[in-house]
Amino acid sequence: MRVAVTVNGTEYARDVEPRLLLIHFLRDELGLTGSHWGCDTSNCGSCVVWLDETPVKACTVLAAMADGRSVRTVEDLARDGQLDPVQQGFIECHGLQCGFCTPGMMMTARWLLDRNPDPAEAEIREVLSGLLCRCTGYENIVRSVRWAAEHPGGST
Amino acid sequence: MTTGFGRMLRKEDQRFVRGQGTYVDDVHLPGMLFGAVLRSPHPHARIVSIDTVAAEAHPKVKAVITGKTLKERDLAWMPTLAGDRQAVLATDKVRFQGQEVAFVVAEDHYAARDALELIDVEYEPLPAVADARRALDPDAPIVRDDITNKTSNHIFDWESGDAERTDQVFRDAEVTVSQDMLYPRVHPAPLETCGIVADFNQVSGKLTVWATSQAPHAHRTLYSMVTGVPEHKIRVISPDIGGGFGNKVPIYPGYLCAITGSMITGRPVKWMEDRSENLMSTCFARDFHMRGELAASRDGKIRAVRVTVLADHGAFNGAAQPTKYPAGFFGVFTGSYDLEAAHCQVTAVYTNKAPGGVAYSCSFRITEAVYLVERMVDVLAFELGLDPAELRMRNLLRPEQFPYTCQTGWVYDSGDYPRTLRLAMDMAGYEDLRKEQEAERARGHLVGIGVSFFTEAVGAGPRKHMDILGIGMADGVELRVHPTGTAVLRISVQTQGQGHETTFAQIVAEELGLAPDDVEVVHGDTDQTPFGLGTYGSRSTPVSGAATAIVARKVRERARIVAAAMLEVDPDDLEWEDRRWSVKGDPDSGRTIAEIAWAAHSNLELPDGVEGQLDATCVYNPPNLTFPFGAYICVVDVDPGTGKVDVRRFIAVDDCGVRINPMIVEGQVHGGLADGIGMALMESIAFDADGNCLGGSFMDYLLPTSLECPSWELGATVTPSPHHPIGAKGVGESATVGSPPAVVNAVIDALRPYGVRHADMPLTPAQVWRAIQGRPFRTDLAIS
Amino acid sequence: MQVPSHVEYERATSVEHALALLGRPDHRVLAGGHSLIPMMKLRLAQPGVLVDINGLAELAHIRENGGQLCIGALARHADLLDSEKAGQHYPIFHDAERVVADPIVRLWGTIGGSLCQADPSEDLSAVFAAVRATAVIRGQDGDREVPVREFHLGPYETVIGPGELLAEIRVPVQPGSGSAYEKVARRVGDWSVAAAGAVLQLGKGTVKQAGIGLTAVAAEHFVAAEAEDFLRGKPATEENFEKAAKIAAEHCHPIPDQRGPEDYKRHLVAELTTRALRRAAGRAAARAARRAKT
Repeated sequence: MRVAVTVNGTEYARDVEPRLLLIHFLRDELGLTGSHWGCDTSNCGSCVVWLDETPVKACTVLAAMADGRSVRTVEDLARDGQLDPVQQGFIECHGLQCGFCTPGMMMTARWLLDRNPDPAEAEIREVLSGLLCRCTGYENIVRSVRWAAEHPGGST
Repeated sequence: MTTGFGRMLRKEDQRFVRGQGTYVDDVHLPGMLFGAVLRSPHPHARIVSIDTVAAEAHPKVKAVITGKTLKERDLAWMPTLAGDRQAVLATDKVRFQGQEVAFVVAEDHYAARDALELIDVEYEPLPAVADARRALDPDAPIVRDDITNKTSNHIFDWESGDAERTDQVFRDAEVTVSQDMLYPRVHPAPLETCGIVADFNQVSGKLTVWATSQAPHAHRTLYSMVTGVPEHKIRVISPDIGGGFGNKVPIYPGYLCAITGSMITGRPVKWMEDRSENLMSTCFARDFHMRGELAASRDGKIRAVRVTVLADHGAFNGAAQPTKYPAGFFGVFTGSYDLEAAHCQVTAVYTNKAPGGVAYSCSFRITEAVYLVERMVDVLAFELGLDPAELRMRNLLRPEQFPYTCQTGWVYDSGDYPRTLRLAMDMAGYEDLRKEQEAERARGHLVGIGVSFFTEAVGAGPRKHMDILGIGMADGVELRVHPTGTAVLRISVQTQGQGHETTFAQIVAEELGLAPDDVEVVHGDTDQTPFGLGTYGSRSTPVSGAATAIVARKVRERARIVAAAMLEVDPDDLEWEDRRWSVKGDPDSGRTIAEIAWAAHSNLELPDGVEGQLDATCVYNPPNLTFPFGAYICVVDVDPGTGKVDVRRFIAVDDCGVRINPMIVEGQVHGGLADGIGMALMESIAFDADGNCLGGSFMDYLLPTSLECPSWELGATVTPSPHHPIGAKGVGESATVGSPPAVVNAVIDALRPYGVRHADMPLTPAQVWRAIQGRPFRTDLAIS
Repeated sequence: MQVPSHVEYERATSVEHALALLGRPDHRVLAGGHSLIPMMKLRLAQPGVLVDINGLAELAHIRENGGQLCIGALARHADLLDSEKAGQHYPIFHDAERVVADPIVRLWGTIGGSLCQADPSEDLSAVFAAVRATAVIRGQDGDREVPVREFHLGPYETVIGPGELLAEIRVPVQPGSGSAYEKVARRVGDWSVAAAGAVLQLGKGTVKQAGIGLTAVAAEHFVAAEAEDFLRGKPATEENFEKAAKIAAEHCHPIPDQRGPEDYKRHLVAELTTRALRRAAGRAAARAARRAKT
């Protein structure tokens, strides 16, 4: 079937099998390998992207479900070569080690900060509780999000 | 003034935050095909027949490989890192649920999965050995009947220490305590699963492999030995790796199948395992059934430790540790205490489970050793009615005792243990916590405080003692300074998130006065880097970090000679000061490494025997392991009505010697502390009586989230390693080693009013409640 | 990653269109997909045609209508958690939604999808049973109403037939009621080891009506009916809550698994039912006090 999805502002139309998962559409069809996958049971969150402005585990939706809709991935966080404050926060606060969970974490953080620009630590931990990280023990991820909240315009 | 060490943001982050990391699944080659593995649903079964006709007829399938195909290439079996052999694809029998039986190569990975369903395997199920404690029963099914004359599931016996003296101390001692405890089978479960892109070029005979490998050179050598492709024709590339934790040390059957697939089809073949494959077939960790005993005096002086272990190795002995250490470094079960005697005996057995044993940041079984001794110290404290921190303080090794040879022969390099424990106690407010605990107990609330003090042994290792499959664990390093003064460092170790691109640049920067940004660290490509054994066992800093410091000093010494030529003085007239070689007493004469590099490449005349350019190599054979240590304190609240454990606080004081980049050290510790919560409270792979694996997905194998982890409270002491050129010790696994006993000790401490002495991990709500009832259950078996 | 087997896909443009498609063989509803697609990836479900109903906005509401809270089947878990109205009438909804799956899954999983998946560990089944909700099932011939207490036929099986769609769940609004949900899981986001939801209508310190729902312990229709019967008409005391909870524990059928052995699960039912009743009563009393002031 033909699906047309607007990804990071550009519309892509492709012929795909109806069973194709959105994460594979992004990675394999469009070559956007910034979003990852790490499990079979929708637990790890390394595939989180935005579908119509809402974070979704892209391994758990079909590309067909995104037909006519818009998707945003980590590749779109930086604008005009400027890193998003979330990206800067992750660098400043050592919020990543192997980097595999990072895109999902950042897309979720960006969504959170767009809704609540000043979240307390408890809320950050709650919102991220559906994403797994094996490297950081979460502490610096939380600090990275707080950094972004405290530097909404990025760093000087 | 140091230019190198200190908190520095990571260079590698620039690509990761943009989603521009290159992990194996991101690698895409023209004409690439995709592999999938057919796995056995049975834990133990004879293979009667395999019919691949329908799969081969699938329009998108290019090849179907079975054990028979591999047998023709002498590839049906491969050597393991423990001197055993493992089936690549099963020929006679399957020996664990999830074992590899066939491999499909197809045009896309969806079709490859579809084709698996078209392969018809007829099995004759056999009774399985699922309970390690029954593996040596006379009537136990034999797992490894492929080994000539094998009539039992026994693999090896190993012991360390002085049995006679230990038994004597136990006979003498005023108090002895003993406790059975299980360190359950757990799994490293990095977020990126294992995988490979194998590209065999039939014209050039060159095999290029992108793989999730923590040890690319070792893999290259092994591939050569196993496939027959000459080693100089093999290139292994570890691109960005999404976490290793020991999971990505071994060579897995899927890798060899992909290589074979590429050889057969003439096209690149990608194979990425899914999460269930990762959990069910790649190397597990631990699975030590231990009986620990302590002998002590009534006033709390620990005199001896004795332990017997039943080690469940699964169906093949694939444990990855240095050859002479079949039970890894379990010998440091002597812990952080001054003992009169110690002895351990380990018996390893085969069962119908996946192979492995050494993984998940275990430092070669030191997780097991530390858990054993730290639980036993708490059991002793319980028996004697002493405070666990106080009991430890009375028995910790004293600074003047270092270097300390423990009762099993390990030479601990340096440490001021009491200072570190005291710092942790102060950070925790230990005395106040005990008061709070008492007050809360009176109200029926359960607060638990758990202490753990660990001594790690990392940086394998001296080649005299340590080798992997005969290859000494010495690592090479190459440093070259370019004419314009920036440098490239080529290392043999392999980061999987530890920040080597930054920290190794910092070491060079520190030695040569360059900016870390002016040092490019090259790693992960065997065509571009010197030979070494890779990253695991926290060895990068102790081994390759030492090599880097030494090679940088070699470069600096060569630079001295060049500078002397530039300044027309004798090299002995120069001193290294403020990032320059200058004539003693004349700082204005100083030359930076950049200036010297240009001169070294120029037409400057150099003394006889001195080569131009500015580079050096080094192969570092460590004289000893290094011994990081730490004191951890965990505070929990336990709900007695439900058994639910909440980790309120975790205080961790680590001593890893000199800290190259404290930010990265802390990140390593944070990650390991989360592992402790995971293992202590929720992680385990259990099996039912038939051998079915009960931990094969992230719905069953639970990892801690941001909500189970508290905000970690970190402290540090610095006791340099006397033999390491920088005084650094390594820290990658310390927190994974030290944290599980802290959490378990805390929970058991909380349950003190109920007289609970021990319960096995994971301390799920069910297990905690059952412990309160006096009936904890075995966590390696199905709950019934 | 594991991936689904071949399937066809249709997108419903209206409820009528959806019903027509669902009347065909091997056609299955695709709502949030967060129960179905994981099962398809594991190839435990292999439907022939998926009927995507996500675009049917008329099924996505949460509103109050004539003394009833009407929750559209396509309302997402996050919508129910965010609904102030729903939370005011029935805090049990918020208690439960807070512990269903994880925050991102809750943005996509639907109330209807969860109920229709009919997993024995589904929290909302016990919750809607406790509040005595009614399922409105739409077919090509119109709507039929089935009490949620009769909605489930067994694990993964409901009364919804071919050509039918769960449209809405209606909950009677009971001013002065108090409700609560208590769940224990091994880790955040895990299925319940056991959970209990309680809804109490009190009058002068007596239980006028009780709704007790149990999760993951094979309670018939997710209800602790015997415990409800015991409590009705009795004083709302801690002692009676404990007795009711004990009865609830005796009348369910927990199965031992890696979440826990049977004795623990039964104990948990008693413990959590007591706690849920206690909190529900407390909330009812607080509500009564607020109304007395006004």
